[in-house]
Amino acid sequence: MQALGLDVLFKGSNFLRLLEGLWKALGISLIAVALSIVLGILFGIVMTVRNPVVKAVCRVYLEIVRIMPQMVLLFLVFFGTTRVFGWNLNAEAASVIVFTFWGTAEMGDLVRGAVTGVPKHQYESAFALGMTKAQAYLTVIIPLAIRQLIPQSMNLITRMIKTTSLVMMIGVVEVLKVSQQIIEANRMSSPNAVFGLYLTVFILYFVACWPFSLLAKRLERKWSN
Amino acid sequence: MDWNVITEYLPLYWKAMLLTLRIGWIGVALAVLIGLMTAVIIHFRVPVLRVVFKIYIEIFRNTPLLIQLSFLYFALPKIGIKISAEVCGWLGLGLLGGSYMSEAFRSGIEVIDSVQRESALSLGMTNFQVMIHIILPQAFSYSIPAVVANIIFLLKETSVFSAVSLIDLMFRAKDLIGLYYNTAECLTLLVVFYLIILLPVSILGTVLERRLRYASFGT
Repeated sequence: MQALGLDVLFKGSNFLRLLEGLWKALGISLIAVALSIVLGILFGIVMTVRNPVVKAVCRVYLEIVRIMPQMVLLFLVFFGTTRVFGWNLNAEAASVIVFTFWGTAEMGDLVRGAVTGVPKHQYESAFALGMTKAQAYLTVIIPLAIRQLIPQSMNLITRMIKTTSLVMMIGVVEVLKVSQQIIEANRMSSPNAVFGLYLTVFILYFVACWPFSLLAKRLERKWSN
Repeated sequence: MDWNVITEYLPLYWKAMLLTLRIGWIGVALAVLIGLMTAVIIHFRVPVLRVVFKIYIEIFRNTPLLIQLSFLYFALPKIGIKISAEVCGWLGLGLLGGSYMSEAFRSGIEVIDSVQRESALSLGMTNFQVMIHIILPQAFSYSIPAVVANIIFLLKETSVFSAVSLIDLMFRAKDLIGLYYNTAECLTLLVVFYLIILLPVSILGTVLERRLRYASFGT
């Protein structure tokens, strides 16, 4: 324990502080995920519109999100917009804005893919059976689309949780920052704390993300046939 | 916007971009290699290795690169494994990317019809030959969209390298903002340089994907 620096974990309220840090990161990602799901579904529906102007705007938005690293977006919002527009924005709010901006685009693209991915013959067969448009959508198309959508959005949620680790770079005191503080505070008494704490952070993130990945995989297998 | 500042900073950013590009592409190459190896091993159900590689995929898919790098760079020296920052970058990117690439290749390999495999075997090819000449070329072309998406994702992830004190674009921008407060200029340059890195890959990806759609038309 001493050699690996795990003893520091149980000093004082250190482990509790780590969990608080993790909760902060998770909180940011969960708020962003919730917002992205709602906005993403709307955006996905907008993307299926055939208007060329709407299409081009959506395309540009999607490309920006695809190409710019999330860290750059964080910097742009946290340092750039505050400087240019002169408003005040705390780091947590900036993170939520950035992750929602990113998540909405990705979610929207998944929704679009799921809706347009339903084979044409499903629509036609539904109509051939005499269903009205509302019936066809409610009982055939949407359930099919959701089956494709849910595993993919689970993977997106994992990615969003993972990416929240970046918020430390704009000064949010989340789990990695807390562990750095603990390491600094115990530099003299246990110089190996860095190993134990980073290992713990590693495991904590894994524990936070793995259930979503597992669920995604299980659902994908269940619905694939 | 002060253009003098921008021309003054250009060489600094250029140098940083070269570092980002070097580590990024070495990482991508490693990721493709690791991913291919992992996919083949899992496909052939190699006894012990299969479990090891599956665990590897789960671990690296479910943890952030920032944490992986911090662990490689700050924690491993404590148990006697010292790795330079740049090699940490390669390794981190390669291992993270490998876990994503393997999924992409695996779905490609699985999609190739077993008829192809059986025909090749009945022609007298060995298992190895079948893999190299028949399955992998087709699997490659099938998994290209996913691979390109992964490459873009990996090149974007290079932005966390500043955490292990590599002087990449992000580090440069943060450093200059902290020193001289030219926020607007620094951030504009940052965006422009990331566009230079990523836009070609993105465009290439779109072109490849479109061509591939023609290739698979009718099947």
